[in-house]
Amino acid sequence: MSEPRTLLAIDQVSKKFGRVTAVDGISLDIRENEFFALLGPSGCGKTTLLRMLAGFETPSDGRILLDGKDIAHTPPNKRPVNLMFQSYALFPHMSVRANVSYGLEMEHLPKAEIRSRVDAILATTELVQFADRKPEQLSGGQKQRVALARALVKRPRLLLLDEPLGALDKKLRGAMQLELKRLQHEVGITFVIVTHDQEESLVMADRMAVLKDGRLLQCDTPHAIYEHPADRFVADFIGVMNFVPGKVSADGVMAVNGARIAGKVPAALSPGASAVASVRPERIRLFPSAETANRITGTVEALAYHGLDLQLHVRTPLSPRPFLVRVTADAADRRPVSSGDQVELGWDAADVRIFAE
Amino acid sequence: MAPALVWLTALMVVPCALVLALAFFRRGIYGGIDYTFTFENFGLVFDPLYAGIFLNSARIAGTATLIAVVVGYAAAYAIAAAPRRWQPIFLFFAVLPFWSNYLIRTYAWIVLLNREGLITQLLRWFGYTGEPPSMLYTEGAVIAGLVYNYLPFVILACYAPLSRLNPELAEASRDLGASAATTFRRVILPLTVPGIAAGAVFVFVLSIGNFVTPALLGGGRFQMIGNLVYDQFLTANDWPFGAALAMALIAIMLLVLMAQALAANRAAGRAAEAKGDADG
Ligand SMILES: Nc1ncnc2c1ncn2[C@@H]1O[C@H](COP(=O)(O)OP(=O)(O)O)[C@@H](O)[C@H]1O
Ligand SMILES: [Mg+2]
Repeated sequence: MSEPRTLLAIDQVSKKFGRVTAVDGISLDIRENEFFALLGPSGCGKTTLLRMLAGFETPSDGRILLDGKDIAHTPPNKRPVNLMFQSYALFPHMSVRANVSYGLEMEHLPKAEIRSRVDAILATTELVQFADRKPEQLSGGQKQRVALARALVKRPRLLLLDEPLGALDKKLRGAMQLELKRLQHEVGITFVIVTHDQEESLVMADRMAVLKDGRLLQCDTPHAIYEHPADRFVADFIGVMNFVPGKVSADGVMAVNGARIAGKVPAALSPGASAVASVRPERIRLFPSAETANRITGTVEALAYHGLDLQLHVRTPLSPRPFLVRVTADAADRRPVSSGDQVELGWDAADVRIFAE
Repeated sequence: MAPALVWLTALMVVPCALVLALAFFRRGIYGGIDYTFTFENFGLVFDPLYAGIFLNSARIAGTATLIAVVVGYAAAYAIAAAPRRWQPIFLFFAVLPFWSNYLIRTYAWIVLLNREGLITQLLRWFGYTGEPPSMLYTEGAVIAGLVYNYLPFVILACYAPLSRLNPELAEASRDLGASAATTFRRVILPLTVPGIAAGAVFVFVLSIGNFVTPALLGGGRFQMIGNLVYDQFLTANDWPFGAALAMALIAIMLLVLMAQALAANRAAGRAAEAKGDADG
């Protein structure tokens, strides 16, 4: 396989609004044809970064290179980049067809070519029967597809999507996540999607960046970020994590109750420093074998079935919050537990991640 | 509903009916009214002399409307583009002239425009030595007075749709490759036409029937129908003909208002139909 080519290079980009620093020295490379997600809590600067890529904000500092050319000061109508707005921003006085044709008319293409390209994209997005409707005659999901068709028909080098599924209900959102991924594959355009929903980015992205307070915390594949979070915030933000506070010891963390959690200590942490040991709920086993590195006894406080698996809340002396444990329904059937039971939990040292507090 | 009907009847329908009735009688030889039925007052309205005044009034009102809409829309656009917290302050200044009396506002223009007025003095101050320009008692002065008086209506009428416009629509247009000018022509303007129409109808209807501004700034010549009606009632003492002229004027205003209401209704109907479709 050939080395993936960098399409967009964001180089030390910052944006200040008066005294607020919305984006703080972010550097990222986005590759040709990938589905890239920008993830972070509300207010972390995702929209601001996206608006700089689209050309609606100028960076206070830094460069934005598209195919190696700095576009930081190119106006939005001169960039081969399209943005799908969070509000969709469909033109309310134009039909679906007119909305989708608009961007091609701006390129002064021949009428016949506009027509055939619009027809093709309406077919791809399953909008043919709505072509003559006005936006107000469409449902949320249909509007979302029009916004997508309107941007895609321009065949941009880069498509930016600002929380494209935010306005849809949960069930439709799940279907659209897969639909967006299929479309991206089909049209072969690089997608950069903004979301505050970590599950959504895990499902859709080839690679993703986690932002907080305008800064980049980590950029990698969803799997790598899930398995090896860069810091405590990322570990907490992506998926569910159990934390055990304590002090760094030679080969793990000494919890407040004196128990030792075995795990690999990062080089940056010196013995005696405050730290947290963490483990994912699905890495914890009930009734572990005697040679399991980390074992603790606790009381089951609550349990809930989620179809394929069973989730338990187990109170232990290790942390103020109960442990969340996920076991498969099979395992639960073999050895049933109920609320109030004493259970032993166990997990391997390899599954422990240790972070500075 | 019922009290409203009583008021409407007492204050609008009865006086209008009286004026309408008046238009079908003859003028008495020494003024007053000769109660014999006739259509000749309405015939006289179409006399080239008077029809010409109607046309002239429409032209002056139309020019004033055009200028007021262009200037008012630009002002409303600038206000809507200003930071949110400044907008109420700018709007307040835009309608500030309304707090003074119409006559005083019109007299202020005399102070500005007369031969030794402020504008002439300003020109002198810049070194102009020639004849003072004659600006007062011209059609231009009348148009300026009308525009000035009704501009706040246009600003308010245009500001409403402009301030409600989602700014992302303009951004979406730029994003899709349109220049700022194309974005204005194809997105912003079409979406704010209802405000322009409302403001324009307002200015036109109030201007075409106006008699104070043409009397004070136009120098008392029969420039506009308003002056003619005023003159028939108070100078020529021909009430029946004055009534016929007034009815013709009301008919023109009603036509303009009805045309606008019809257009607005049709737009609302389309919107409602669209809503129904989406629900169904
Ligand atoms: N035009 C603006 N003027 C002033 N502050 C802004 C502006 N746009 C965004 N901000 C601020 O920048 C920060 C990041 O905002 P935003 O990029 O919208 O975050 P997100 O999309 O991640 O929720 C927020 O604190 C927000 O208040
Ligand atoms: Mg946002």
